[in-house]
Amino acid sequence: MIPSGFEYHKATSIADAIAKLQDNEDAKLLAGGHSLLPMMKLRFSEAPYLVDINGIEGLKGISIDGDTITIGAMTTENELIRSDLLQQYCPLLVEAAKLVADPQVRNKGTIGGDVAHGDPGNDHPAVMLALDAQLIIHGPDGERTIPANGFFLGTYWTALEEHELLVAIKVAALKTGTGHGYNKLKRKTGDYAVAGSAVVLEMNGDVVRDIRIGLTNVAPMAIRAEAAEDLIRGKRVDEVLLKAVEKAIVEACDPAVDLRGDEEYKSHMAAIMARRSIIQAIKNAKE
Amino acid sequence: MAKQAVSFTLNGKTVDVLVEPRELLIHTLRENLNQTGAHIGCETSHCGVCTVDIDGESVKSCTLLTVQTAGSDVKSVEGMATADGLHVIQQAFVDEHGLQCGFCTPGMLMRAYRFLQENPDPNDEEIRWGMSGNLCRCTGYQNIIKAVKTAAKNLQQA
Repeated sequence: MIPSGFEYHKATSIADAIAKLQDNEDAKLLAGGHSLLPMMKLRFSEAPYLVDINGIEGLKGISIDGDTITIGAMTTENELIRSDLLQQYCPLLVEAAKLVADPQVRNKGTIGGDVAHGDPGNDHPAVMLALDAQLIIHGPDGERTIPANGFFLGTYWTALEEHELLVAIKVAALKTGTGHGYNKLKRKTGDYAVAGSAVVLEMNGDVVRDIRIGLTNVAPMAIRAEAAEDLIRGKRVDEVLLKAVEKAIVEACDPAVDLRGDEEYKSHMAAIMARRSIIQAIKNAKE
Repeated sequence: MAKQAVSFTLNGKTVDVLVEPRELLIHTLRENLNQTGAHIGCETSHCGVCTVDIDGESVKSCTLLTVQTAGSDVKSVEGMATADGLHVIQQAFVDEHGLQCGFCTPGMLMRAYRFLQENPDPNDEEIRWGMSGNLCRCTGYQNIIKAVKTAAKNLQQA
């Protein structure tokens, strides 16, 4: 399988990439390419012009300033996994990256591509929602920052406007008393989730002070399970509450039916993944 | 689309090719450079039979444009054996019967080659994790795990 023909340009800077997007109708950005190229080979997607952003130095790397961690959009999954900084300050990102695809794909696949592609099966969007991440976007009119909550609008549809480029992701370092978890049910290594759930919560003694629950691949886009969050906030989590939370999560789901399962199964699995992430997060909430 | 000139290093030698931007590295290797060790399997970056080593990382060459490899250092399975015989990893796959039909073997070898540099003394679980991007439909994987383990031991003694 070979994609249909296109022109190729290796961008030298963010400004160059944006200019090429403006100058070439229907141009697409090539990040890790492990979603886009298979889609182009299968002719699900066509692009007359590809702007390769792999060579742009400023798009890579992980740094921390005070409590804010900044991750360049072109940072690969394996770079997330190998990051001591993330292991210390935001281990949720490391744990989630380990569940993405396989070792070879993680050498090419990037966090920014995973987020900006808009595929509900990608793992980072739900993690971004749980972390309440901020997305730094550059476009012809300069820079803007928007919250991950509200970025995911539908399948392959995000709040990125035409000619815009996701350049970095900002998340807060997980502070004392904060717990996290990402659980993903998949049929085999490298597969998309049947269902997945990312949780970040803040404990106050044995009461959950605040919680965010993100869900993977059980709706047209990654979603927050807000009704379930409302049930937990300010409460001690016990079996009765978890049952109610599961019910709220099933109600929030609207999965596409495919070979991974029907609607009822996928929704139920989302509830189980969320339950596991909640229990795990309470357990690992930092002292 | 106009063809572009691309140069990269393949198994230590500089190669120059003229390719359309849409040409994938696996096709350049097999059809242009006649290096047919890397195979074409799923073509959607799942199976790992097209795995080669690029600038010190394992990459699936079915999901990389040849134009993207300009200036890179590419190593394929053809670069493993020398005039003195098989590479230690290849010999371990022979000794442990780590293959049956052999279709997945070039990818397995190239992934093991890089994995054992990332983790020279892996346990079984780490081998399964490190080799999880390569599928085999014959062996049931047990002997592949053994082969990688034996290769690790022999590489350390070498």
